[in-house]
Amino acid sequence: MSLSKATVAAIEKQRDRYPQPRSAILPALWAVQHEVGHLSPEAMGEVASLLRVAPSEVEAVSTFYSMYFQKPHGRHEVLVCINVSCGLRGADDIVGHLERTLGCASGETSADGEFTWASTVECLGACGGAPAMQVDHHFHEDLTPERVDDVLARVRNAGT
Amino acid sequence: MAEYKLLTKDFGTERLQTLSVYESTGGYQGLREAFKKFTPESLVNEVKTSGIRGRGGAGFPTGTKWSFLPKDVFPRYLCCNADESEPGCFKDRYLIDESPHQLIEGVLIASYAIQCNTAFIYIRGEYHDQRLLLERAVEEARSAGYIGKNIAGSGFDCEIIVHGGAGAYICGEETALIDSLEGLRGQPRLKPPFPAIKGLYGQPTVVNNVETLCNLPHIVQRGGEWFKSLGTERSTGTRVFCCSGHINRPGNYEMQLGTQIRELLEEECGGMWRDRSLKAFQPGGGSMQVLLPEHLDLPLDMDAVAKAGSSLGAGAMVFMDETTCLVDVSMRLVDFYQHESCGKCVPCREGTYFESQLMHRLERGEASTSELATLAGICANMDGRCFCPLGDTATWFVMSAYKHFGEEFEAHCGAGECPVKARSVAMVA
Repeated sequence: MSLSKATVAAIEKQRDRYPQPRSAILPALWAVQHEVGHLSPEAMGEVASLLRVAPSEVEAVSTFYSMYFQKPHGRHEVLVCINVSCGLRGADDIVGHLERTLGCASGETSADGEFTWASTVECLGACGGAPAMQVDHHFHEDLTPERVDDVLARVRNAGT
Repeated sequence: MAEYKLLTKDFGTERLQTLSVYESTGGYQGLREAFKKFTPESLVNEVKTSGIRGRGGAGFPTGTKWSFLPKDVFPRYLCCNADESEPGCFKDRYLIDESPHQLIEGVLIASYAIQCNTAFIYIRGEYHDQRLLLERAVEEARSAGYIGKNIAGSGFDCEIIVHGGAGAYICGEETALIDSLEGLRGQPRLKPPFPAIKGLYGQPTVVNNVETLCNLPHIVQRGGEWFKSLGTERSTGTRVFCCSGHINRPGNYEMQLGTQIRELLEEECGGMWRDRSLKAFQPGGGSMQVLLPEHLDLPLDMDAVAKAGSSLGAGAMVFMDETTCLVDVSMRLVDFYQHESCGKCVPCREGTYFESQLMHRLERGEASTSELATLAGICANMDGRCFCPLGDTATWFVMSAYKHFGEEFEAHCGAGECPVKARSVAMVA
């Protein structure tokens, strides 16, 4: 499968913004992930030729950053912070709740393919609203198990 | 003395994120005045006079940093470091969420001072909504003539590129940030040469924190001397403190430097929650050493906190109550550094791995007493021996916690469970 015209155009636009085209690797990988859902070797090859670098250079970058997916994920992404500030205010309970609700361990995808969730030590920068999580890049703070249920239901029903 | 609102004065104003509302609060007047009142050289001097030190953690004087750029070497670049990922820190996100134009104005003033025509805002990948907000604000500022050619009729040109990261704490280290911006794996570079001499694309580069830049419109408008009258002699101005943990009102509070930590805790944060007492706190973010209740009388002053054996770092204050297990907290922080180690140097890559393995065993009560010496040995072989500060700081909290709460560490050895948690559960029940 090759990238859509819109994604190619977005990558070219990024490329031309920077003093050097390889600076656009990160934004280009974001564009690919938003279209494909993960970074396939074929798509990374296309990025490489658009940015005039070797495919291996793009792949090397893609594996360094934790937010890029090498494999397909669920339709929605849930990240729960378990660093200190969230840990002090009950993040472990939120993790346990997600494990039970979604029926899978951290790093896995629910059986219905809706949610891939993970607990992360990478502080999300929401310590003032701890415990916190992100769902599809959006913050949800001051979590309780009930609030988590509400958010997941809303996301599932929105169907985006 | 309550909060002192300089950067956050207009926060909460409806639609402050839009250009028109930002301008109605006096926004972009600092930039206009910078063009009118200052040459680039005199602006660097004014910022030196203000005494402002970087708000990202290291506390280096901003004007001095700017003055290291070699004369007559162009192009030069400015990188705004919005890769905020220090555990406990959430002020840069707040500053962007509430007033993206204040940051853009600061970026433009700094760019004028160092004569840079292309500035970058490197924002962490997790701040997706904040990146979109900044991109919209940049477009709005561009259409109003604040970005691009001949800004506000000054003859000065500047472009701003908002660049999103993708999940890597190390990219907050300035040379790793530069590598990441060049489209590489974000690993730190050997210094020297420092970025001021050879940075982005091999050109002279300044990397400044979000909060540092947000101060500039105010320094320009009210003057370096006025700014210096705030705070203490060597910690001038205000800082936005990110307060979290076991307190009644977690959040960001802007305080004049020099205010007592106790005042921040009791008056702004509403004291400890659930009528519990303070056991320990971390004054600068995940990298910094633990402090004790007796340190609440310290002023919020970089040098005073450094003298007490810790650091104001990036302005995060994490308060922990009497039920907290310091081994558990240390384990979470060690896990963080192990996850974020970039793998470039052996002491950090291997050290954080061993540290993490050991801390997990200790937390579960499975480690033996002799392993505490192993832990200290691992840390001693990391601190000062790593390629960049990430590996060094991966040892600071755990070693300071061990020093102050040695009995708690020892009580875990061979206990078969976490003794603090067991006690806390009994106490709360």
